[in-house]
Amino acid sequence: MDSTISEPDARVPLGAAADTGLKIVIVGGFGVGKTTLVRSVSEIRPLNTEEVMTQAGVGIDENAKVSEKNTTTVAFDFGRISLNDRMVLYLFGAPGQERFWFLWDRLFSGTLGAVVLVDTRRVADSWYAIDRLEHHGTPFVVAVNRFSDAASHSLEELREALSLSDDVPMLECDARQRESSKSVLIGLVNHLYDLSMAREMTP
Amino acid sequence: MIRRPVDLGDPDRLYIVTGGRHRTDDTSFDLVTLIVSECEPTPGMQSEHVRILELCRRPTAVVEVSAELKLPVTVTRILLGDLLATGRITARHPRPAPARHALPDSALLKQVLDGLHNL
Repeated sequence: MDSTISEPDARVPLGAAADTGLKIVIVGGFGVGKTTLVRSVSEIRPLNTEEVMTQAGVGIDENAKVSEKNTTTVAFDFGRISLNDRMVLYLFGAPGQERFWFLWDRLFSGTLGAVVLVDTRRVADSWYAIDRLEHHGTPFVVAVNRFSDAASHSLEELREALSLSDDVPMLECDARQRESSKSVLIGLVNHLYDLSMAREMTP
Repeated sequence: MIRRPVDLGDPDRLYIVTGGRHRTDDTSFDLVTLIVSECEPTPGMQSEHVRILELCRRPTAVVEVSAELKLPVTVTRILLGDLLATGRITARHPRPAPARHALPDSALLKQVLDGLHNL
């Protein structure tokens, strides 16, 4: 957060031995705190870029709106965490709205998993993202960003509001806090690890 | 009419940097493929290529190259393809994406967890 002003051009290069890039996607509605979360754990100031999607790449989400337009530009931001000498984790903040969803197959394939960041005042913003993640079979956790939460709902109330099955972990966080954001990522990877172990145990 | 897909923002610039090309094998560079320069820029080289070779003296992900060049990922891939084809860069690809509904192996995830705990 503090590095935003000082030395905006300073790049922090990876170590020479880095050879394995990994991805985690943070998905949620506008203003829910995706960039805040990325910034709080990233070792670089979050960067942003864009991808130009052509109609041919739209695939299953093709609809009337899209067919009027041959290209769509989607901006996204990302941060980076060096896990060890060789492994680098990239965190992508991705909009969860319906019209962006065609991005997923193209851009975020191979993601380890996803964090759905939820604002309790706009729970409905998360429905579509959760639906698509389930459809894609992408493992995810739901993190409730409490920074703005005046009237606090219990996680169980939210689980019900989101129609979330019991096996999807729910976490609370304050995306502005590094330790809190870190614990969200650990929560996701723990979940992935449990799923993976369970899979490997199954004959 | 066939429209160029890369026709947003500053179309002339995008057209020029790619030499008018707009197709690339999208599977060749993942967003997190790490690019490493194998040589120094030479005089007369296209400025974007020079910039990439400078950026990638240390491993740099495709998405970072794109952000630093302020060019869409699609265009960046085309430029990287040029450099790869002429041996000026090498690419360290991520592990192949697990099949749909598959999971990464637990040994890899354990390393990720250890890395996160050590932050």
